[in-house]
Amino acid sequence: MAKNDIKVALIGNPNTGKTSLFNQLTGLTQKVGNYPGVTVDKKKGTCKLSATQNAVITDLPGTYSINPTSIDESIVLKTLLKKDIKESPDVILVVADVENLKRNLLLFSQIKDLEIPTVLAINMVDQMSRKGISIDLTALKEELNTEVVLISARKNQGIKNVKDAIIKCHVAAKASPMCDANYKIDPEYFDKLKAINPNFSLYELWLMVTQKNFPAAISKKEKAQLLSFNKDVSRLKKYQHKETIYRYQEINKVLKKTYIVDKSKATDLRSKLDKVFTHKIFGYLIFFAVLLLIFQSIFDWSSLPMDLIDTTFAELSDFARNNLPMGILSDLIVEGIIPGIGGVIIFIPQIAILFLFIAVLEETGYMSRVVFLMDKIMRRYGMNGKSIIPLISGTACAIPAIMATRTISSWKERLITILVVPFTTCSARLPVYTILISLIIPNTKIFGFYNLQAFTLLMLYALGFVTAILAAYILQKTLKIKSNSFFVVEMPNYKLPSIKNVAFDVLEKTKAFVFGAGKIILALSVVLWFLASNGPSSFKNAEENVTNNIENRQLSATELQQKIGSVKLENSYIGIMGKSIEPAIKPLGYDWKVGIALITSFAAREVFVGTLATIYSVEAEDENTTTIKEKMRSEINPDTGKQRFNFPAGMSLLVFYAFAMQCMATLAIVKRETKTWKWPLIQLFGMTGLAYICSLIVYQILS
Amino acid sequence: MNTIASLGIGEIGYISEGALEHIPLKLLEMGCLPGAEVELIQIAPLKDPIYICVNGSHLAIRKETASQIQILKS
Repeated sequence: MAKNDIKVALIGNPNTGKTSLFNQLTGLTQKVGNYPGVTVDKKKGTCKLSATQNAVITDLPGTYSINPTSIDESIVLKTLLKKDIKESPDVILVVADVENLKRNLLLFSQIKDLEIPTVLAINMVDQMSRKGISIDLTALKEELNTEVVLISARKNQGIKNVKDAIIKCHVAAKASPMCDANYKIDPEYFDKLKAINPNFSLYELWLMVTQKNFPAAISKKEKAQLLSFNKDVSRLKKYQHKETIYRYQEINKVLKKTYIVDKSKATDLRSKLDKVFTHKIFGYLIFFAVLLLIFQSIFDWSSLPMDLIDTTFAELSDFARNNLPMGILSDLIVEGIIPGIGGVIIFIPQIAILFLFIAVLEETGYMSRVVFLMDKIMRRYGMNGKSIIPLISGTACAIPAIMATRTISSWKERLITILVVPFTTCSARLPVYTILISLIIPNTKIFGFYNLQAFTLLMLYALGFVTAILAAYILQKTLKIKSNSFFVVEMPNYKLPSIKNVAFDVLEKTKAFVFGAGKIILALSVVLWFLASNGPSSFKNAEENVTNNIENRQLSATELQQKIGSVKLENSYIGIMGKSIEPAIKPLGYDWKVGIALITSFAAREVFVGTLATIYSVEAEDENTTTIKEKMRSEINPDTGKQRFNFPAGMSLLVFYAFAMQCMATLAIVKRETKTWKWPLIQLFGMTGLAYICSLIVYQILS
Repeated sequence: MNTIASLGIGEIGYISEGALEHIPLKLLEMGCLPGAEVELIQIAPLKDPIYICVNGSHLAIRKETASQIQILKS
């Protein structure tokens, strides 16, 4: 960021097309903090305002008011109040929906009172004539005493005007309050408040009092003085109410002169669609159908690209093995890095499809109807209608899902949602499920049409959801947390999804997943390769010992090589680790090789398949690389002489992966969101303990 | 006593002036003001929450909240 770039904060109510405008202004320059570890709160991008002037635009979460009721909204308050930090904006760009201008102006009036230069962009003006709305722009600019532009972000209209207005507003740098509502309520009281620190606007001081959020420029003494205003809570509440009423009165005065709406022109598409989507029977049927469609698509649409990726990487390994000079580095590339990268890339199709559906559901406005339908049911289990969004996006990845809980204002409902989200079947489980299902479930049709393998997968999804709900129920009964549950959801207009918005959303989330989780997976596969290719003295002497053993004299050269390979693996560091947990996992039907995969899976579940791939390919030491599935199929359990991945062991593993908490990235994000290690540790031990017990029962019954 | 919760689907009421202190700030900010017209659009299948239109805002709120806000029926 260059020094003279204008810092612009983009603010607006949800569903006003804020994201569309952000995408139009910044295009592909957008950057988001990567998870795990870093916040995704702020999206940033640069925008060329004119030949000589650039702007850095920050997209803040959608909010109805500066007074926050959720974590999401409090980010807006913090950004605006802390004028002393580098991030503080030079210009604020408020986006408003033309159809709902009155309510949108409430937020505008609050921001204007902070006395920061503000531009108002009224969006969706292409709808004006259809809705019978007309605006007197000149008068509105004068009344609001600021730059106002009419735009249609989706149709890319008026964007140039927005850029010009930002420059103009920045140059003028005039920022007068709009209402100064507070003085009208109780001049004496607010005079005293203003006297505490005249460097701040009255409204800023008022926000510090009501929100207990203090910038660094406020001294200890001033803070104490401000806090003394906070003693009379009922008075504060009363003044906040009065302030809001006063703001609306002022807004009504302005709109009376500048905004006309002819209600006879309003169409009733919304009410017709609402009748269907929120119908007591059709509503649920449609929701269920949507879910089925999503899951079917994940499976159908992604199988081809995933197979392609799988074989491409197997071939790539072959190619590298044949063309690179022999040595440690070549081993690292062929056995560590290539399978490691393949293990990340293979997820992209499924993750992208899931994010695509979620983005479309949110963009169209359908998601709010689902929240409305589900609130009562979810509440019974200690959650909130809004919890349905994290639970659905949890099927892609628990990390964005846990972030999505930030819109839930009740702490207890939010905490329960965070705790149970990891039970939903995330895409990291899919490769494990897919490969195990293809090994133990026959590829036949049931009821004449439904593929038995697909049905098993659907049942695993159902198992995840049901467990999440049951866990929530237990948590609701046991958690002793008092928090008032307040619920209000806006039901936005139905819209066709904007291709650009959906594409950006999918791209951004997929990228964050690949680079965030990908790093961990790649690093682990390298570590794993090292641990599998090195070991104590018994490892180093393996070749000699096997060759010199009289029993092995009868073996052919290839058999001898295989024997050496497996003895080596057994005595490598990772083999020793696997062996040491073998007693604990034998009752579940696993051997030490699966044990190794279990250990590495605690970093991330998807590593399971890659680990087995690495183990078998290190062990095999032969030139022809087969796919991992074939390798697993030919694996024999020496105790029984049957397949290692037979039905009981496979089912037991499926159950284990359905329940166990195996994802470092999720644990890190839960710690960040709950601000203590208590909850992630409860998840880790609770879920994994449940997994162990259930797998034990399953294996013992089936075998 | 009539409250928003006692409206039937399609019925309209006006928020009483005396209701101000019972309206949560957030709802007030979203346009739920004394004197405003409230229309009940839909009730969720399990009788809760309810879907209202007030001052041009289409909102879903829980019955618990709605039953605290007094109205005058038209």
